[in-house]
Amino acid sequence: MTSLGTRTTPFHSRTAPLVRGHAWRRWAGYVVPAAYDLIHDLEYAAIRGTAALIDVTPLFKYRIRGAGAAALLDRVVTRDVRRAKTGQVLYTPWCDPDGKVLDDGTVTRLGEDDFRLTSAHPNLRWLHQNAVGIDADIDDESEAVAALSLQGPAAREILGSVADRDVSKLRFFRATQARLEGIPVTLTRTGYTGDLGYEIWVGNDRAEALWDLLVAAGNPHGLLPTGLLAMDVARIEAGLLLIDVDYISARLALIETQKSSPFELNLGWTVAKEKRPFVGQRALEAERNGGSSWAFRGLVVDWDSLEALYAEVGLPPQLPSAAWRTSTPIFDGGRQVGYATSGCWSPLLKKYLALAHLGSVHAAPGTEVEIEVTIEHRRKRALATVTETPFFDPERKRA
Amino acid sequence: MSVPRLDAIVIGSGLEELVAAARLAGAGRRVVVLEPRDSVGGAAAGEQILPGFRMDPVYADAGFLDPRALGDLELDRHGVSLLTPDPFLAAPADRGDSLVLWRDLARSRASIARRSAGDADHWPGFAARMETFARVLEELAGRPPVRPGGPLLDLAPFLGLGRRIRGLGRERMTELFRVLPLPAHDLLEDEFRDPLLKGVLAAMSVRGVFQGPRSPGTALAFLHHHVGSPGGVFGIRTVVRGGVARLADALATAARARGVEIRLGASVERIACTNGRAAGVALASGEEIVSRVVVSGADPRRTLLDLAGTEALDPDFVHAVRQIRFRGGFARIHLALSEAPRFEGISEAVPGVIAIASDLEHVERAYDDAKHGRASELPVLEARIPSLADASLAPEGRHVMSVDVRFVPVGDRGQGDYAPDALADRVVELLAERAPTLPGTILERKVLMPADMEERYGWTNGDPYQGELALDQLLFMRPVPGWAGYRTPIPGLYLCGTGTHPAGAITGASGRHAANAVLEDLGGAR
Repeated sequence: MTSLGTRTTPFHSRTAPLVRGHAWRRWAGYVVPAAYDLIHDLEYAAIRGTAALIDVTPLFKYRIRGAGAAALLDRVVTRDVRRAKTGQVLYTPWCDPDGKVLDDGTVTRLGEDDFRLTSAHPNLRWLHQNAVGIDADIDDESEAVAALSLQGPAAREILGSVADRDVSKLRFFRATQARLEGIPVTLTRTGYTGDLGYEIWVGNDRAEALWDLLVAAGNPHGLLPTGLLAMDVARIEAGLLLIDVDYISARLALIETQKSSPFELNLGWTVAKEKRPFVGQRALEAERNGGSSWAFRGLVVDWDSLEALYAEVGLPPQLPSAAWRTSTPIFDGGRQVGYATSGCWSPLLKKYLALAHLGSVHAAPGTEVEIEVTIEHRRKRALATVTETPFFDPERKRA
Repeated sequence: MSVPRLDAIVIGSGLEELVAAARLAGAGRRVVVLEPRDSVGGAAAGEQILPGFRMDPVYADAGFLDPRALGDLELDRHGVSLLTPDPFLAAPADRGDSLVLWRDLARSRASIARRSAGDADHWPGFAARMETFARVLEELAGRPPVRPGGPLLDLAPFLGLGRRIRGLGRERMTELFRVLPLPAHDLLEDEFRDPLLKGVLAAMSVRGVFQGPRSPGTALAFLHHHVGSPGGVFGIRTVVRGGVARLADALATAARARGVEIRLGASVERIACTNGRAAGVALASGEEIVSRVVVSGADPRRTLLDLAGTEALDPDFVHAVRQIRFRGGFARIHLALSEAPRFEGISEAVPGVIAIASDLEHVERAYDDAKHGRASELPVLEARIPSLADASLAPEGRHVMSVDVRFVPVGDRGQGDYAPDALADRVVELLAERAPTLPGTILERKVLMPADMEERYGWTNGDPYQGELALDQLLFMRPVPGWAGYRTPIPGLYLCGTGTHPAGAITGASGRHAANAVLEDLGGAR
């Protein structure tokens, strides 16, 4: 069913009847459930406590094949694709020639000359522009391949019960082809929650069957179909970036200051050293040597400080029920030194978290800053501490 | 890595390349020129149609030989002398009197007057105005292109130009800016009545472009072809005695005298980069030559995308290079003749251009056919019989003739109507309508299609200008916006060919500017 220019995913026939609160969210031209229930708390609990099944079909997916496939991706992204082994998945940003981030996603090496790139924005033209002189076929399979994210402590067991192979051997950020009760899929041990989890890539024609299979297999383990609101909280806990929220693609930025380099997004680790030329390399090497003016960090809002501010107006602390994404000023010594771009109350950590861009001199972990909070229509400042991300990093994620 | 013995490798031995090499060597740099073919000169290398019948395969006149580029090479000492063909332009008419244009303005007026008294009166003023405009372009050609938004220092040389433009006076300056983007058609319709005069002038305006005279910007191309014409008369091109090949030989001699090594049969397969810098070349033979910089006379696309490769280039830059329009679109037919052809209605021997372009419509329709993928039903021709002014080009009493056919796309290497023989037959047939004795006097003919030019000289789509002479591909936008300064995004790799500013087929200016950029980067002369 299509209306008002939005599209639905191949799972729609299964998800739509379950969205009891009619809460949908637009994502890359699709509508997908924001939350199935009226509130998303149970779905969040499924991510962290049992297992969550999330429709992530709207991701853009490109299949890149041919003798030059590795060379093409290596030229585009900041990580060293040539060093990736078959069956390996790389998380990576990619940049414009000035070293500013265009998008981020994963590169999965499905074979020696066979890759899948996922992205948040369309990148077909960019891939073609970079493919000049390179022997690679670029196939936009965004609308041919559907994807489910199975996340949570029980994910491995659920998947293991239907897979034709031992999924416990599939390591973090590795991929394998498998059949789930006969349905051919690609499994990647990846996700956007920072938990134990998998993403399952399937041809559209078998999408509904896959959904039915996983719901049935997950039911005994407490699996819940989960929407984007819950995933948004989980991704903040995991310190994972969201394009359009935590950073603006250099392609869409209207002014220079809206752009960010990987270093400025705490993704310096993804910028390979001693790599063959790639887009933005010169600028990034200069920045690596010369330093960045911005940093991207976690903030933990000080509870006592927040409580005191609310107490001034006779209220107990009011906490956001869902993650917020409003740019929020950060101060140090009375001067604005940055801005937070997302934040949430972490029900698991019992902490008020935020992700923030900070001037690099104010970004050392442990630095005490202030974050603007609006209490009863008045702007106040609560204390917060700069921290490394992720906030939540369970051992099971990698184990 | 050891320090390279060579300062510069120059790819190609065309005129610009030789000028660049000689200038670098003159500044004390060690330079080697690599020419893939077995004769020096690239496209300027001379050939013979038959023994004793000499031809310049693709060039015809001396273009705009920038005195600043050639001044210190003492080419006259190496035997280069220029001739001014007179009459410089003639057009045999279907009806009425033919048109003959001379160095002597009065004779041109008299010839025009036999067709249109008004046009004859108008001609001297028009010629003077166009000459003034061409001189402004000439001034621009002699300088490296200015970068809009670049440092103020860039603008310094243009203060002189500014004075020149101001010297035009407000009205003329306004007129220049009005004329540049015009279709040649509109300019000529504005100025003249005689269809034949407009036709032959329109034929000039489509040299080097794959556009008809109704296309915007062809007025600029029209003016561009008069940059460097001898003073006093608009529309004349000088020629090199003995052919352009003489110029190439002289430049090679001058370059060698300065210590430049010219290697023939050395075909560059790849420009090698080390740590993101051009560091030498690999030859087809497998040999690798190391140098501090590489200066390429090959066109920008070939140099950057084929020879250097796209790996180290930003996609936006690659895209811009791929967007350069290369559409040479002319074929050249060379004839060895037992006697000079006699064109009906023209009693004088014409050593200049003999144009077959009856009117504006003829030129536009010839383009229309080509635009839609067909051979022009009635092609536009510009023929020359250079041996009329320069007897050294053919055995005594014999002659050589070259005919340019406009609007011949590179196509699939010359099939159907564009098969070389079919095209040559059609052209001779057309010429025979005006010079009936011609077919019987042809001893031999050679046809160079755009595909041949691409194959021989590495010109993408056979474009002799290495990038069409269009408004968006000139000045600071040549070869691509942002990179008009002969440098490329690959440090150590420079462009010196016609694909760079100022885009004359023969100027020496590109070679000179490129060598200056190299010297600036290498720390000057030593």
